[in-house]
Amino acid sequence: MVVEVEAVPEALAEQPDLPAGPAAIRVEDLSTGYHDEPVLQHVDLNVTSGSLVGLIGPNGSGKSTLFKTMTGLQKPWQGRVLINGQPGEPGSEVAYVPQTETVDWSFPVTVGQVVMMGRYPRLGFLRWPRKPDHQIVDHALEMVGMADFKNRQIGQLSGGQRQRVFLARALAQEPSILLLDEPVSGVDATTQHQIFELLDQLCKDGVTTIVASHDLSCVAQRFDHVLLLNRTVHGFGPPEDVLTQDLLNRTFQSHLLLLRLGNRTFVVEDPDHFHHD
Amino acid sequence: MIDWLMEPLGYTFLLRGFVAAIMIGIICAVVGTFVVLKGLAFIGDALAHIAFTGIVVAFLAGFSFYIGALIAAVLAALGIGAVSQRTGISTDTSIGIFFSGIFAAGIVLMSLGIQTYTIDLFSYLFGDILSVRRDDLISIMILGGIVLGIILLFYKELLFVSFDPVVAESAGLPARKLQMLLLILLSVTVVVSVQAVGVVLVVAMIVTPSATAYLLTDRFGVMMALGAVFGAASAIGGFYLSYYADVPSGGAIVLVATLLFAIVAIIGPKRRSFWQLATSGTDASQHQRPA
Repeated sequence: MVVEVEAVPEALAEQPDLPAGPAAIRVEDLSTGYHDEPVLQHVDLNVTSGSLVGLIGPNGSGKSTLFKTMTGLQKPWQGRVLINGQPGEPGSEVAYVPQTETVDWSFPVTVGQVVMMGRYPRLGFLRWPRKPDHQIVDHALEMVGMADFKNRQIGQLSGGQRQRVFLARALAQEPSILLLDEPVSGVDATTQHQIFELLDQLCKDGVTTIVASHDLSCVAQRFDHVLLLNRTVHGFGPPEDVLTQDLLNRTFQSHLLLLRLGNRTFVVEDPDHFHHD
Repeated sequence: MIDWLMEPLGYTFLLRGFVAAIMIGIICAVVGTFVVLKGLAFIGDALAHIAFTGIVVAFLAGFSFYIGALIAAVLAALGIGAVSQRTGISTDTSIGIFFSGIFAAGIVLMSLGIQTYTIDLFSYLFGDILSVRRDDLISIMILGGIVLGIILLFYKELLFVSFDPVVAESAGLPARKLQMLLLILLSVTVVVSVQAVGVVLVVAMIVTPSATAYLLTDRFGVMMALGAVFGAASAIGGFYLSYYADVPSGGAIVLVATLLFAIVAIIGPKRRSFWQLATSGTDASQHQRPA
């Protein structure tokens, strides 16, 4: 894997720049974990409304745990998470698209039904979907380019199509914050391009998006902010400030090498740790 | 033919059994839709066996068997729900130990304490629709109506939580409470069915018609409705088989349900095989389908 990063300045960005806009997500001294095992320790973070953030870190670095804390599924042991100024609680404000490997694909639901599930929490108990809900579902399917598949059973879709359906369900929630866990893993280049076009558009509309990804090349090229996570925040800022040898070493424990050719920078996997993932 | 069909229905006690069996066939299949998709069959079986001990205790203490069975099954459902939510995976062994132990206690109590009722109690083991009295039919209708009503009211929430519990919870649905509700509905269904179908065969009544429906459709709602049709058809077929062949009703109903499943599995659409079903569900987080 080779990643190209444009013109890296010499000065290292140790501390994240505090953004000027209002904080959509504010994490203050967050520590949490499972059973007695801490996963995240002293995480501080301020994500401006409308940012598109790439979250990278090795396996087990706490990316999914950070997402779960932001959705309110995982309770902080210490510190707090504020979503639009309010303590994070499960709800429609934050849409979470987890990795899809635990989904039972033989479940008898259609694409349209899955996307409609995104409307259920907003509908509330004892209310059935109405015309506006159906319109929102159709619109979400159009946004991800899956409108023609509305009546298909989900098991009949390819991996990339499934990812797009789950993204559409998140959009049907009409969230202000979108958390995507590896949405482009196992997805072909065209779909990947479409997904990022869509995310760019959502950010222009003011939706704050954090995308966890293994794909450093994509993070370097596509995101306006990069968050380096390995149990705590190792760097947060524009890619050119954050993707440095020093910070990558700290985050990935030297599994990655930063190569420089003229004013261009490449990130390659250290051959000694080739099978780290 | 009409005479042949009408003959048993002329007797009030047979007509009562007939109506009870159809109602049970429908409730079992509707709840069974979730049981099949979530792989809860083993839990359903456990609840039936635990309900039996509740029945024995009710006989000993001299109160209605419904109360005894309901208390035992709902308590067991809450216990199983708590255990599986805490540990997440592989609770089969602890449930197996737990339910066998309680069932064994029921068997021992039955033979020690109440020899005179032994015949009656055996009908709960293997099922006898002729033992459905007027009060029992009323209980079946009321409890069954409550189960169906709750599923209708919480249909979309139960669907979301069954399909994708993590996202359902993150979106603000009370996922744990809904999963617990499902187990309670399952335990009520088991109790309602035990008299007609028997402890040993209840799980088949819950699973088989829904599984037959699963082979024919890709839609959750259609699966539920078709399952209810297969459940009712099994009840009707089993009723006549039981009457004319003079065999126990529980066995006859389940036999018809199994035959329906076999026919659909053999001549039904090829795209869904029996094996796909056999390898899916079972605590959806555990068993995965390759993408």
